[in-house]
Amino acid sequence: MLELEARAEPSRLMSWLSPLLAVVLTIAGGMLVFSALGKDPLEGFRIFFLNPVKDLYGLSELLLKATPLMLCAIGLAIGFRANVWNIGAEGQFMLGAVAATGVALYFDGSESALLLPAMIVAGALGGAAWAAIPALLRTRFNANEILVSLMLVYVAQLFVSWLVFGPWKDPDGFNFPQTQMFGDAALMPVLLEGTRLHLGFALALAVLVAGYAFMNRSFAGFRMRVAGEAPDAARYAGFSATRMIWIGLLLGGAAAGLAGMGEVAGPMGQLTDKVGSGYGFAAIIVAFVGRLNAFGILLASLLMALLYIGGEQAQQYLNLPSSISMVFQGMLLFFLLGSDVFINYRLRLRRRAVQGH
Amino acid sequence: MDASLFTSMLFATVVAGTPLIIVALGLLVSEKAGVLNLGAEGMMAMGAVAAFAVTHHSGSPWLGVLAGMGAGMVIALIFGMLTLTLMANQVASGLALAIFGVGLAAFVGKPYEAVALQAVPPIRIPFIADLPLIGEALYNQQALVYFSWALFWGLLWFLYRSRAGLVLRAVGESPASAHAIGYPVIRIRYLAVLFGGAMAGIGGAFLSVFYTPMWAEGMVAGRGWIALALVVFATWRPLRVMIGAYLFGGVMITQLFIQGSGLQIDFPSQLLSSLPYWATIVVLVAISRNANTIRLNSPVSLGKPYRPDA
Repeated sequence: MLELEARAEPSRLMSWLSPLLAVVLTIAGGMLVFSALGKDPLEGFRIFFLNPVKDLYGLSELLLKATPLMLCAIGLAIGFRANVWNIGAEGQFMLGAVAATGVALYFDGSESALLLPAMIVAGALGGAAWAAIPALLRTRFNANEILVSLMLVYVAQLFVSWLVFGPWKDPDGFNFPQTQMFGDAALMPVLLEGTRLHLGFALALAVLVAGYAFMNRSFAGFRMRVAGEAPDAARYAGFSATRMIWIGLLLGGAAAGLAGMGEVAGPMGQLTDKVGSGYGFAAIIVAFVGRLNAFGILLASLLMALLYIGGEQAQQYLNLPSSISMVFQGMLLFFLLGSDVFINYRLRLRRRAVQGH
Repeated sequence: MDASLFTSMLFATVVAGTPLIIVALGLLVSEKAGVLNLGAEGMMAMGAVAAFAVTHHSGSPWLGVLAGMGAGMVIALIFGMLTLTLMANQVASGLALAIFGVGLAAFVGKPYEAVALQAVPPIRIPFIADLPLIGEALYNQQALVYFSWALFWGLLWFLYRSRAGLVLRAVGESPASAHAIGYPVIRIRYLAVLFGGAMAGIGGAFLSVFYTPMWAEGMVAGRGWIALALVVFATWRPLRVMIGAYLFGGVMITQLFIQGSGLQIDFPSQLLSSLPYWATIVVLVAISRNANTIRLNSPVSLGKPYRPDA
């Protein structure tokens, strides 16, 4: 009989192999799903995983999709490391988009080169402000940040709906729930001619590097890691838990807000009630699969982006609902959590004879 | 407020509170055993879609409820295997369950989005349904409303009067001691998680088969999360879960009644709709403010993995 045996110390090798194992299992599981749905699994694999990246345009779309994911995920990872569970990145994303849209609409018609930087700042501040609510309620009133940040996602969604159905609705928009299109000065410049890949991607990479520096090279980041891995040691050393909650949530919110800004000023070019497309939730998976570290998050965001685009391809070519992406994304996290057991445990064969009576 | 408006608001409040009661009581049992399952939203979504599909194909809402219950249990089992057998982090696994369940429900439910079900007639309890004001509201209700009351009384008895309930609570307070006395901690936790999944599935079934009756992606609309908040708000006590669930039901309904009343108030409907979510936050703050309330009432080993040394 197989049984789990505790390792003397956690395996570093397994902590890197486990995400790979999860990816392999997800692909295998995905092919099973395709056959269960009566599709050819190899064809499914090709369309889902290979089709999206078969040319330069496809690659640029992949990077475009990965942009908000890596931004949200690096912000979340900083908090997760200190056991600050911000799961409302989706709401912070939307508020970042709202704040940036507010600036764009207020300075409508402006040609100023400062407009875009102002929107970037507004986006980050909008997200951070939304995350400040759970931070305040957690530090002042001990209210669980998981539930508060999550509730605020629904509030944010309704707030966006109100804006685009009400005061911010485009007067020439045939009553669609959307704002007017932004002017050129309020749009992210495109990085690669002929694609939609925009400056936000470069920004996201910069934030990843900054996130790496914060987590691995700064004292504040060190304190947060200690708080997550050895809470007692952190308390003994006198690290302020309150400050860590604030840092975790505000940085997470700012990064998510930036991602929201990048969406409205990038591929969307306006604010609509569909602005939150689940990136904030998917980013939770990205953060975990990326092992809460910057480089891992970069790879994981590309993988998750592939799952998103694969879903769209499956809808187009296999006639499957695009929500199959979410199924695969959930499977990926399940398999990762399951594989992680091998970091702390190993399988051992137990022979019945040895037991004896 | 005239009498008939009072009756219909009370009726609607009870209906809106019912899924919250069923789901939150199920979660309460899991948490009493020390397992924090944040995947309620996903289990409800799966329950809702499974119940809807089976009701649509079989014509029987009761088979639908059973299917919803089964679906909730199946995905709760995945959570159990991850957290109890493989000792994965409960918070992360619960989030995974929430994301996966909502996604899978959306995927499976796609073909049913344009389908409508026949409304299930309420069950009228003779005599007491004739009581003035409250009779029609409380005793001419859906079967699952009565089920939620039975569940409440049953749980009160189980948790505080039965030996099995005592063991369950012991497992949540101190799994090591329970194990030392010889109780199968992991098996008991599995059962508690499955019960939580079953109730979340029934709660979802109530939404899609009895409440609306239709299926739409995102129709659970955060109720799984609200149920989780309710358990904290109730400081892990069944009676307070009931009260809390009806309070939330009341908030949801008041907001709907204001929108539907044609009252000329100048307040946007979207912002009114966010009221229940704000209410959840306010209540969480009110109850958590005193750190001791939470510390004294929450099961001591809640959320902590336990592995008996063989």
